[in-house]
Amino acid sequence: MKCRVCGKKAAVEVRRQGQAFCSEHYLEWFERQVERAIRRHRMLNEHDRVLVAVSGGKDSIALWEVLHRLGYATTGLHIQLGIDAYSQRALKATRAYAQNRGLPLIVVDLKEAYRLAIPELAELTRRRACSVCGLTKRYVMNRVAVEEGFDVVATGHNLDDEASVLLGNVLHWQTDALVRQGPVLPAKTKLAKRVKPLYLLTEREILAYTLLRRLPYQHEECPFAAGAKSLLYKEALNKLESAMPGTKQAFLEQYLKKIEPILKEGLPAGEIELKACERCGYPTTGEVCAFCKTWDHAYRWARKRAVLPDETRFEPKPALAFYAKTAADGG
Amino acid sequence: MKVVLRTPEREERELKGPKRVRQVLEELGIVPEGVIVARGEELLTLDDEVTDGDTIEVISAVSGGRA
Repeated sequence: MKCRVCGKKAAVEVRRQGQAFCSEHYLEWFERQVERAIRRHRMLNEHDRVLVAVSGGKDSIALWEVLHRLGYATTGLHIQLGIDAYSQRALKATRAYAQNRGLPLIVVDLKEAYRLAIPELAELTRRRACSVCGLTKRYVMNRVAVEEGFDVVATGHNLDDEASVLLGNVLHWQTDALVRQGPVLPAKTKLAKRVKPLYLLTEREILAYTLLRRLPYQHEECPFAAGAKSLLYKEALNKLESAMPGTKQAFLEQYLKKIEPILKEGLPAGEIELKACERCGYPTTGEVCAFCKTWDHAYRWARKRAVLPDETRFEPKPALAFYAKTAADGG
Repeated sequence: MKVVLRTPEREERELKGPKRVRQVLEELGIVPEGVIVARGEELLTLDDEVTDGDTIEVISAVSGGRA
């Protein structure tokens, strides 16, 4: 198989586009795809301060690298989840990348900030770890972005993530979740804009980029991900993709283009009104936001079981640790 | 040839060569869309041939839940 640009031996095949590239031209192609997605959906402006959510896995590290190469002013945000050695290795990969590129990194350690890590939070609330982890990460990402003055939060969601979420929502006809799917979530009062610049690139393409750029990343899977439905959906979609290249992209893109607008029209007029959470002041549809409710609940049980002292009260504002903060960032 | 699976747990298999990468994956029951195959630092495409002396890595691209 030959590179479509220079005719040298190909290193990566992009079957959904019937193309193959050598290492050099693959890296160019990949970065151009991200640049196009950013421009097409007006994800970022030239002078935006971008907070990149970095877990240490291939997607977020590749995203940070491409945004940095495209010249955006980026700062990484790593949330230390406290899932034993797995989380330690995730932080190590993230810091290795940030140090290597001389990029600023903010770390929020949940155990230090809130006294409980994800495994304890899941156990105390009797909820799935992925559910409380997702809720906590979204809250912390937004709060750090708003309070530290970032214009936008960029996450490493890829085509497989987006297509598998869509499949899950379609299988259960989750219309409320379906209308929230898309590569850009606009800013609102105390809600930072969120963008997904890798949403049209597959996990396989992102892994190829990470390997060819020799970026440090955490390969191992989160111990709580075993048995997750998202993995089953991804496997099913990859079987379809192998037999019919382009299936995942068509499924997501055609949904966003043709179906989502109709669904949105069919919903009751007006958006759901957002109020300020009574506990933390951040947007919610109820009186108290899901984040504060979940953590207050965990604290009640933690006090009952003497995991935390009786007088401990949950404080939603996270403590931040800054690494390699540059002069340009005001540090 | 030696095949090192990182999907994501590390596992080693021995297969007879020569074979195309596509055949190796078929024999191992691995869906090509979910992995990258590498020989050292060189990334391989499905029609590349691997022989008895080669060591190749099959690296999973699939990751789980996300916020």
